[in-house]
Order: sequence, then structure tokens, then C-alpha cells
Amino acid sequence: MTELPVPALSLVALIGISGAGKSTFARRHFLPSQVLSSDAFRAMVADDETDQSASAAAFDALHYVAGKRLAAGRLTVIDATHVQEHARSTLVALARAHDVLPVAIVLDLPEEECWSRTEQRPDRSFGRGVLARQSRDLRRTLKRLNREGFRTVHVLRGRDEIEAATIRLQPLYTDRRELAGPFDVIGDVHGCRSELETLLTRLGWTISRDDAGRPVNAEHPEGRTAVFVGDLVDRGPDSPGVLRLVMGMVRSGTALCVNGNHEAKLLRKLRGKQVTVSHGLAETLEQLDGEDGGFVADATAFIDGLVSHYILDGGRLAVAHAGIKEEYQGRASGRVRAFCLYGDTTGETDEYGLPVRYPWADDYRGPATVVYGHTTTVDPQWVNNTICVDTGCVFGGELTALRYPERTLVSVPAEREHYAPATPLATTVPERPGDLLDVADVLPGSGRRQLDTPYGRIPIEAPQAAAALEILGRFAIDPRWLIYLPPTMAPAPTSKADGYLEHPREAFDGYREAGVTRVICEEKHMGSRALVLVCRDEAAAARRFGVTDGETGAIYTRTGRPFFTPPLTADLLARVRAAVSAADLWAALETDWLLLDTEILPWSAKAGELIRGQYASVGAAAGAALPATLDVLATAINRGLDVTALRDRTRDRATNAALFTAAYQRYVRPTTDLTGVTIAPFAVLAAEGTNLATNDNGWHLSIADRLVAADSTLFTRTARVPVDLDDPATTEAAEKWWSELTDAGGEGMVVKPADGLVRTARGGLAQPGLKCRGREYLRIIYGPDYTTPDTLAGLRGRNLGRKRSLALREHSLGLAALDRHAAGEPLWRVHELVFGILALESEPVDPRL
Amino acid sequence: MLTIGTTYRPATDLGYLLVKHPDRVHEFELPTGRATVCFPEADEARCTAALVLEVDAPDRRAAPDGFSLGRFVNDRPYAASSLMSAALNKAFRTAMAGRSKDRPELVATAIPLEIRIPVLRCRGGADLADRLFAPLGYDVAAAAIPLDEGHPEWGESPYVDLQLRGTVRLADALHHLYVLLPVLDDAKHYWVSTDEVDKLVRAGEGWLAGHPERELIVRRYLAHSRALSEPALERLAESDDLVVADSVDAVLPADADEDAPSLAVVRRAAVLRVLRESGAQRVLDLGCGPGALLADLMADRRFTEIVGVDIAPRVLAIAARRLRLDRPGAIAERDRQRIALVQSALTYRDARLGGYDAAVLMEVIEHVDESRLPALVRSVFGSARPGTVIVTTPNAEYNTRYAGLAAGAMRHTDHRFEWTRAQFADWAAAVSAANDYAVTIEGVGPADADLGAPTQLAVFTAAGGNA
Repeated sequence: MTELPVPALSLVALIGISGAGKSTFARRHFLPSQVLSSDAFRAMVADDETDQSASAAAFDALHYVAGKRLAAGRLTVIDATHVQEHARSTLVALARAHDVLPVAIVLDLPEEECWSRTEQRPDRSFGRGVLARQSRDLRRTLKRLNREGFRTVHVLRGRDEIEAATIRLQPLYTDRRELAGPFDVIGDVHGCRSELETLLTRLGWTISRDDAGRPVNAEHPEGRTAVFVGDLVDRGPDSPGVLRLVMGMVRSGTALCVNGNHEAKLLRKLRGKQVTVSHGLAETLEQLDGEDGGFVADATAFIDGLVSHYILDGGRLAVAHAGIKEEYQGRASGRVRAFCLYGDTTGETDEYGLPVRYPWADDYRGPATVVYGHTTTVDPQWVNNTICVDTGCVFGGELTALRYPERTLVSVPAEREHYAPATPLATTVPERPGDLLDVADVLPGSGRRQLDTPYGRIPIEAPQAAAALEILGRFAIDPRWLIYLPPTMAPAPTSKADGYLEHPREAFDGYREAGVTRVICEEKHMGSRALVLVCRDEAAAARRFGVTDGETGAIYTRTGRPFFTPPLTADLLARVRAAVSAADLWAALETDWLLLDTEILPWSAKAGELIRGQYASVGAAAGAALPATLDVLATAINRGLDVTALRDRTRDRATNAALFTAAYQRYVRPTTDLTGVTIAPFAVLAAEGTNLATNDNGWHLSIADRLVAADSTLFTRTARVPVDLDDPATTEAAEKWWSELTDAGGEGMVVKPADGLVRTARGGLAQPGLKCRGREYLRIIYGPDYTTPDTLAGLRGRNLGRKRSLALREHSLGLAALDRHAAGEPLWRVHELVFGILALESEPVDPRL
Repeated sequence: MLTIGTTYRPATDLGYLLVKHPDRVHEFELPTGRATVCFPEADEARCTAALVLEVDAPDRRAAPDGFSLGRFVNDRPYAASSLMSAALNKAFRTAMAGRSKDRPELVATAIPLEIRIPVLRCRGGADLADRLFAPLGYDVAAAAIPLDEGHPEWGESPYVDLQLRGTVRLADALHHLYVLLPVLDDAKHYWVSTDEVDKLVRAGEGWLAGHPERELIVRRYLAHSRALSEPALERLAESDDLVVADSVDAVLPADADEDAPSLAVVRRAAVLRVLRESGAQRVLDLGCGPGALLADLMADRRFTEIVGVDIAPRVLAIAARRLRLDRPGAIAERDRQRIALVQSALTYRDARLGGYDAAVLMEVIEHVDESRLPALVRSVFGSARPGTVIVTTPNAEYNTRYAGLAAGAMRHTDHRFEWTRAQFADWAAAVSAANDYAVTIEGVGPADADLGAPTQLAVFTAAGGNA
């Protein structure tokens, strides 16, 4: 039995003349879906698998499908004769285009045997001459496969060998996703053996030494694995010492090491190739001269065995010397190796003669964390989930390790400048390129975009995304501040109580149905929703949000617009900041910034134009029209005309119109700039490293109360009543409280589960809140006359399903955005979700709900 | 409500003219509610007919596809509008047609009429009511109604109490009201179908052609077209408690420059000249708006690939219509192949915009918040990197030449800033230095010796050519 090793991700070309048994072989060794057969594609495009005139179209379609499979990282087997060079070269090119290895498996069966098989097949009508020609082509083929670019070639001769062969899928050398860490990823060492020892010790490693006292191995008591990003050698004082230690660690399984460009060059030199001795290679060669021949041979073999990159921890971590883009991860090709060694070079050089590199990390959108070195930076920064840990030790900087999964950096300083840098080490990073957002991050390529969150998969439709792009692009604040948008909130199920559309009873029923027993009723302030993001100082703004122009936070509306002008925002933030300090919340929440969910009062402060243009206008029109009509009707009645029914209806409408005017007037208060403006906070959504939105609602209000206590002029308290849904006394008390609140002109209340994040019995999220609006307030929403029995009866048929679904979808995106921000994920990952919330908000759902 | 009275003797002949018995109550069903006609006074000396409209609550009607709160809470049940026109047409159809079985001679006679509409939305102010009705022979009294008596600081509402007095044939008066009520109202929820044109022609017969405000009347009567509404955007504006602007006004950006039309032409000519000089063939129009420059580019075959980019989908739809891309076969296929319209936001990078010879940002940057300009610069100059970038923007110094522009005001409500020549030059220099472009700046339009030209134009040329 012959076992044929085949790389688990490769493009396999089956080669053999007609009748050699390729399809049978493919069926036996591969999944049907892995095999693309030219016959099947001929049938697909021409209804006849033997129609040779359809071959061009069939192969076109076949290559297209193969390309899709390879792009997705799936093993693909092509079942065609492949006896002609042009057919094979197309496959090699396809494999290269997707950075997978081309593999050839040749089934070499005597022509006689093939002919007899072919004759037995009723659907084959070609002559013996065709087979003879194929056979001649195959003979030529066999000699050329390696030269044509096939990296693995298996030739099976005769029926027995073919029958006996089995396929063994081999993971790529780079694929070590079974290793889950924890890891210490160590930056470019460049011969700084002493600093490496110090760093390993600092990280808790125990170093063992040979008789000469030279470090030869290290292990970590907690079983951590070191991963070296390459460039162990050159420039520094003891490259052999570094090699000795790392080789020992790799051999004993406590370390992995990827290839660096300096190793690659050293290897060429050690193998006697002509290389320019520069960039510190001379130092290494000189140091190696002092080593014995056995060590040099070991080192040569070690370097020769280094792979371009590693995929670790189930695919969540990738390590390569100069970085690796998503499409190259777990792939193998010349350009993948070049990218891993040298980065995305443009071929140009800069004023210092150094290669110009394309900033691939700006574009990185992959899910795997990428840790790399190669480019010296003073201050390692996360850019789109990638980080460079080369902090220039050999140039007098530091030697740095990234602890994974902790994602913390540990550095030791260089003992001295071992080698003069070609360019001065940069001391500042002017802007974070990871902040660059791409339209592809938010717009669906076609149809819809799916957003995956821990709370469900949320689709965003193209027209909604288009509307969101316009609003965010034209009006929104800097996306770095925009880490969240508030979800819409569903109303309580429609009430059947006489004269009411919404009532606490149904809100309570709604939560009982969801299995919730403890809820909290919170006063719903009638103002304008505002998110207040406040940093303790400019340093926090720069550190956490990358904002360095002096802004220390943002106050924005539910569609991401600035609430106030920049100077007013700065003023108000200063007052909020003072209150947060006075309430000692920085320390209590261990943070230097906070995101508050609030209502800014009064409504007229922001909605003045709307109130005047819409609500007051309706009130004015009604207030003038209805009395005039009543006058005319009174005169008509005096003449004995029977218009009393019309008069009565008109009188009712006049009463309702007056109530309508009174309803909006309650939410109008004179304000000038910030004078008269107050903030009613009701939730603390996020602080450093944590999503607080899911905390219990009592906690949220207790923090809000501390702010009110600290500055009761600026902050307005949110009244609340806790309710045990199993205790009629508390539900009745809450109903009474709601009636008093709304009779006094209040908008209503929001009923929330006391526990914050609650899942229903079926596993979905429960509504985070149900609003229960007052009878008079709803006049503004449903129109002055909505309380007439007919209208109310009609409105009771309102459909809440879409609104409830929308509320949950937006809530899911909001929570996930806060999660991602807390986890330090790249801006685009947060932004795509925030963008999604705004897109959903443009869905056509009854706006009165 | 609307009342029509007369002091013609016998005044009760009004009942014959309107074909309504003054001692009865007449009710009519309308598609959107109910109309009642009754006569509060009817004697020899005075007779008055009242038309009272009751508009149904909107949710009894079929649900409209575009939801917005304004559909549910609005002035339609209270203010006279196109609904009143429809009611007039229904209740007084015979009178409007100028027929009367009982008083055929009176139909042709001008009689003293008093018309009152207690609440009429009068967009453009009470003065406009005078301009529309006075030329038709009426004495016009239009009293403004306060917005909210509890808030005198809010001033007047958009409504007037309109009283008309004149000696006019009744059928003519009804036609005047039929056309002019919706024109004064000018509501955004009033949609026009093609047969509205015919209706206007019929109802305006004999008086519209000679009316001094003829153009305004026709424009407003036919102004609002459904294709321009944008329900998704209306919803987003509403969820932020913002006023949903009348769609037409919001869409078509108009310069406040008094010489705007000619300046826009001069500006486009300048941009085209620079584009031609640059030798560009593949061109981006970033922030193309309704497509005026795109049309010019299409007219010149040297531009082989033209991409219009705008952030607003409905503006791109207008551009498509203007360029006749919305109807298959309307332009030659090889011209169709030269142009594409793309929605994008310039503060985001867009790979689709890479590799062009030239990009035009004509009157665009001033619509972006100054704090967001670095993001625009990064995506245009850093990422798309066209060989040539042409940027035009207003010269703020020149604004003092516009008498209609208040001191310190900007030329357009959506402008986030307007720069002096020094400010623009500083920005251009910084952008070109940071992104490896060379820049030259020129003025466009009639230059003032001290203030410069009204428009500034910068040409950025990439150092290494198209990168």
C-alpha cells in the first residue's frame, strides 16, 4: 500500500488518459464536493459531458468554481485528462493566485487497458487515435511536471499501484492551530542574548545552561510557549548565543520560531551563495567563526527548517516576521514567504535607502490577531488587531514580548546601543492609521451585509446602509468617539383599558411572559436622548481614543450628530468631568473615561425647531380653525339647521386640540446655550476595558444618583419604583405611581428587567426595556383626536412585532459594539456595528411606536 | 373650513348658483373624509355658505409606504389645503362648471362676494396671498395667526386668516380658490400626478395666463414629485427630532450667490479647462451632486471613463435622470459605458476610486466638517491618489460683495466653513506637502482688486504621476 501525502490545502490535478480511472480514483479518495470534473462541467454548460465543443466554456466555469473553493481555503481536486501542458499551466497559475500548493497525481495505466475500458462505455465515441495521442502527450508530461511548478508529484504506475494507493492529508507546516498557548511572542532579538535572558526571566522563564554557563534551554513553570518573530541574528553582540538558546527551546518544544529576513540571508551565505555582507551580517559571521563546525551545521539546519509563519490557537493568532495579511494566512507560495519576510514592499526605497513598505496593517480586516516584528517602532500600537513588537533592542531601544492571550506588553531596555540605526528611532506616532475606515467596512457588496454578534446574526439591507452612510458621512461626529448608538425601544403590549393605548399592566404582563419576575420602573424623561462620552483628561482621550486635537469627549445624539457646538460641548464636558471626579467614579470604576446614556432636558433645547414647526403649528391651526367653525355652526343651528352632530364633533376636536397644545407645552422651557439645560443619566454604558451595559439596572441608577448628588444643578434624578411581578402590592403601587407621573404631565416610564441582561426561555434576549407612555403624551404622537373611541379601537390593532424585533436587533448590535470596544478591537470592528444600528433605524417601522 | 357669502340681492340666489338649498344641510363623502355644506345666514340681504371639512384620522387610510410622524400629526385636518380644493370640486362641481338651471344669467354676472378661510397655510407670508389674489380683483385681508399664545417670543405661525372681498363671477372665484389654496399651502405631502397638469390648465382658463405671478403658481402647483422623497432619511431625521425638510428644497443645493448661475457656469468651465490641460482621460467627480459637471464631461469624448460619486443616493438618482442613464437606450451604448455613478463617503476610504487620472472636488470640501477634513484628505490624496486633484471652494473674503448675504453668513446653509484665500492656501500647502503633490491656486470668476475672485481653485499634481 502506498500512502500519498497531500497538503491539506492544495489544488490536486489528476492526470491520466481517458479510461485511466481518474473519476473512480477521485470518488474513492475525496469527497464528491471536493472533486471538479471536466465531464460534469461539460454537462452543466452543454447538456452533454462528451461534447468537446463545450470544453472551453466548461473549463472556464470549472476554474471559476475552483477559484471560489481555494479562496475559501478548501482542498480542490480537478478531474480532467491534463495531458496537455496548457491545461496544467492554467492550474498552476490558479494555485499560485490563491497561494496554495499545486499537486499532481498521475494515473499511468497502459493504453491497451484504457482502450478496453473506454470501449465498454456506451457514451464514449472517440477513436483509438485520440487515446494514442493522449498517451504520447502523457509520456512527455511525466518529465516536465516538476519544472512546471507542481510541488508534489505522485506517479502511480499500473492497476495494482493505483488500487493500493491511499491519500494522507498533511497539515501545512505553518498550521499549528492545535497549540492554544499561552504564548510569549518575542520581538526581534538581533543577537542581544543578554537582554533576551533578562526578558525571559522577567516573563517567569527558567533558563538552563551548559557546562560553559551558556544558556541552552528555557522553560516556563506555567507551560507557556515562546514564539520568536525572527531576526534572531545580525548586528548584535552574540548571535550564536541567541541561536543556541532558541534552538534549544524549539528542540525541547518550549518555543516556536518563524523565519526572519536576516536568517534567510544568513542561510544563503552559509550555503555558500553570493550575498552582500551588510546590515550586521558581518558581525554574525565573525561570531560564528568562533563556534565549532557542528554548531554551525546545526544552526544551518535549524534556519533551513524555519517556516514563514505560524497559525496558532485555533486560527486566532498568526505570527510572522514582517506581518501577514489575511489572504496569506495558512497559505504557501513564494509571495507568501516573501511577504512574511519582507512585508508588503513596493520595490521603492526611501531617502535613507530603506525599502518603502505598504502599510498592510491599515487594511487588515482579518479575525486573527497578527503579531510581527521587522519594523522598529518605539511604542507598539495595535492597528486593526495587529501589533509590531520590534522595539529596536539592538539599536538601544527595548526588547519586547507580547503576552497572549493577555495581550499585555513586557519590555526590557537594551543594555546599550549595540548598532547605530540607519534612521533615528521615531519617538511619536502622529496618527493611528488603524482609524482609517473603508466603505467596504460598512456597505454591503451586494444585497445585504451580515453582522455576527454573540447575540445573533443581524442582516443589514443595502438601502438602509445607503441611508446610514449619508447620515454618518455628512453629519456624524468623529467615528473614534462613536462607539455606540442607543437602540430604539418597543412599547408595552397594547392596553385594552378604557381610554388607554399603553398601560403598566401590559408591560408587566410582557415581562412575566418572558419569565422575568423583578423589574424596575424608571421615569421616562421627555427630552432628547444623548450619549455623553467623557474622558478624565486629554491624555485619556489620546490613549484610548487616539484623539489628540484637544477634545476630551463627545456629546452626541441618537443618530451620531454632535448635540452642541464644539465650545458648548467642551463646557458641558468640563462640568460632567467635575461631577464624575467629585463622585469619585474614576476610582470606583477604575477608568479614565466613561460613556453615559442620558436624556438631555428640556426637549425644547434641541427640538425647538421641530416643536415650533410641527407641534405648535398644528396647535395654532387647530386653535384658530375649530373655534371659527364652531361660530359658524352655532349661527347655523340658530337658523334651525340640524348640524348639532357636526357641532358636537367639532367641539370635541377643539377640546382635544387644546389638550394637544398643553401636552407639548409641558416639555418647553426657556434655555440659552447651556443655561437651563440638565442631564438625566440613567445608565453607565462603558468604562475602560468593560461593557457595563449589561449590569443590573439598580446599579446603573445608583451611579447616576452619585452624579446627581455631586451636581444637582446639572444632573436630574430619575425617579424609579422597583417591582416584584409576583407581588400585587408592588405592581399596584407602580401603576398608581405611573398614573400620578403621567397625570402631572410626565411622558411615562420605562420598565426594565432588574437584572439588566436577561435571556428568555428560548435563549434569545429579552427586551431591555418596554416603554409605557402617558395618555396625554401620546396625543403628540398619535394626534390630538386619538382618544376618540373609534380611533382608539383602530389603533389597538397596531402591530408591535417589527418594532420589538428592531429593538432587539439594535440592542444586540449595541451590546456587541461595546463588547468589541472593551476588548480593544479595531475601530472598524466597532464602527461596522454602530453603523448597523443607524442603518436599522432607517427601516420602515411605524414611527409612532 | 371656508365660507362664501354675498350681498347680491336677493342674496339667497347664492343657493341657486351653488345648487344647494340654503335651508338644508348637504353632506359629501370624500376620499379622505367628509364635507358638509350649510348656510349660517340666508336672507335677502346676506347669504353665506360654509364648507366644513372633516378629515379622517390618517390610519384609516391605506398605510403609506413611507412612514413618518408628520403623516399622523399635521395641520391637514385644520388648515385649508389641496383637500379643500378637492372638497370644493366635489361639493360645487356644477357651480364651478358655470352652469345653473335656475339662474343661468347670474352665472355670467360678477357679484359681490366675501370669502373667508380662517386658517390657510401661507408659505411665503401673508404678502404672497395679496400678490396672488389682488390681481384677480379682490381686496385681500390676511391676518397672521400667532404660533403659540403662551410663547409670544415664537412669533407668528405660518397660517393666516384670509378674507377676500370682490365682485367676481362665482365660478371664477371657485376656480381661483381651487388653484391658489394649494399653491399658497405648498405642502410637502401634496403629490403631483400627470393629470394635475391638465387640471391646472382647465382650472386656470381665462385668468392664469395673464396673472403676474403665473410662474410661481405653476411651479408650486406642479413642484412636488414623488421620486424625490426619501423615506429612510426622513425616518432618521425624525428619530433625531429634526425637522424633515421639504424634499425639493433639501435636495437641490442652491448658492446664495446673487450671480450663482453664471458663477457656476464659469466654475465648471475652469474645472474643465484644467482637466483638459492635465491630459486626464479617466476622471472622478467627487461630490458630483445632480451631475452638471458630469454632463459637461460626457459631452467631451476625450474623457473615456467618468465616475460620479456622491454621498446621497437620491442626488445620484437625479444625476442619472439628467444624464438619461435611467432609461435603457436613451443614450448610445458606448457613452453609457463611459460613465458610472457610485455612492460613497469621502471620509471613508474607497478602493473603487483608486487609480484615476484626475479627481474633481468642486464646491465639496466646505460641506465637510473641518474636523473631518483630514479623513477626506487621507482617502482622496493618500488612498485614491489620482494624478491630478482639482479642488474649488468659496473665497469667504468675497462674501461682502453679496448684498443679500448677512455679514459673517455663509453662502449655503450646509456649508460648514468658508475660507479666506490665506486659509485655503495654508490647507492646500499642508495637504500637498504631506501627500507628495505639487499645488497651484487660482481664482475663478470676476476678481475684486482687494477681495479676490468669488471662487478659489487649487490644482494638485502628484509628484510621481498617478501613483
